[in-house]
Amino acid sequence: MKENISKFKAFSQVLEEQEITLVRDHAHILQINTGLLCDLACKHCHLDAGPHRLEVMDRQTMDDVIAFAKRGHFSMVDITGGAPELVPDLDYLLRGLRPLTDKLMLRSNLTALSDADRESLLELMIELKVALVASFPSTSQSQTDAQRGAGVMDRSIAMLKRLNGLGYGQPESGLELNLVANPAGAFLPADQMAMEQKFKRDAERKWGIVFNGLFTFANVPLGRFRVWLEKSGNLDGYLLKLANAFNPCTLDGLMCKSLISVAWDGTVYDCDFNLAASIPIGGQHKHVSELLEPPGPGELIATGDHCYACTAGSGFT
Amino acid sequence: MENYYKPEDLGKFAEIGEEAPELAQKFFDYYGAVFADGELTAREKALIALGVAHAVQCPYCIDAYTQSCLEKGSNLGEMTEAVHVANAIRGGASLVHGVQMRNIAQKLSM
Repeated sequence: MKENISKFKAFSQVLEEQEITLVRDHAHILQINTGLLCDLACKHCHLDAGPHRLEVMDRQTMDDVIAFAKRGHFSMVDITGGAPELVPDLDYLLRGLRPLTDKLMLRSNLTALSDADRESLLELMIELKVALVASFPSTSQSQTDAQRGAGVMDRSIAMLKRLNGLGYGQPESGLELNLVANPAGAFLPADQMAMEQKFKRDAERKWGIVFNGLFTFANVPLGRFRVWLEKSGNLDGYLLKLANAFNPCTLDGLMCKSLISVAWDGTVYDCDFNLAASIPIGGQHKHVSELLEPPGPGELIATGDHCYACTAGSGFT
Repeated sequence: MENYYKPEDLGKFAEIGEEAPELAQKFFDYYGAVFADGELTAREKALIALGVAHAVQCPYCIDAYTQSCLEKGSNLGEMTEAVHVANAIRGGASLVHGVQMRNIAQKLSM
């Protein structure tokens, strides 16, 4: 972020000036990035995932991750990508992880899940009570399609209706359906609570869709989103906006304080954004099979200027 | 001066207080209170402000409240409808004065 150094302080400098050291509490969440293969190429993607990417987690790495989950006693396991639905052995990973954690969560872009080949995966998710976290950036078709690709809104709505029909998002079904809204551009996300109310009202009124909760996250200036920021002339303004919105009150609730992230190749990171920025945990490459247990409380978390995205406004928890 | 309106001038708004700080303080306190959540949400107020910004054709306000609407979670459809509301009122205000025209014309006409 050399071009912006003169305009805002480095994230590390802000922490230093405020005498803050970002360290891990108890790592009770295991995040697994199963690979960069995706059926979409969203403009806000911090990983540059897409149909052209071939990186996916293989069976051996899945075994290593499952063994680590057994050692780590994580209360939650969060599976992300890319589109995890496209990973050939995802069912194997889900079955292996299910008995090892209280909450097993899968992030979905909805379109990958809607493919006819995913029927057995849907059945498995219901059987294992996998909580679903689905991308749904806006209740506006033009903004959703601008961010995620032409026709994605219609396919997402159809899939959400299908999920509702299967019980997802319905009261007392035990099948949790949460949505994630990332801004469709170079602006900060809206207040999460207010947006959840609005999305619930709009989704029910427009499409008869129900869901459990909504998360609003800032876009992280890495990967394809950073390229878009540069091309559209928004990079400097967006970085400055994030830095100006730095809120030290968010630090205690940052997800990296309670999480450890494992990439498709088994490399361990502090979070998925450090994975995108190629900053491994402790600053050096470490494979998940080498970890006897999760990093303990007090261990330093690697930071970069992209961390401003998680500390802006209400934060990214 | 090449342009009367420069985007970066929006950030200098507070400088208006340099010559009359007490008045500026009263204005900005009031302004902040107006846009806080009340009977209307801050998001709804930002949409009204966007419509008004178009009615008074203030480029600073259009810039500020476009961003504000987006960051408060309004979508482009809602924002476009707010602009149409402003347009309808402006257009309607012109058109309804046609009644004055007709009244005067009727008085003068046989």
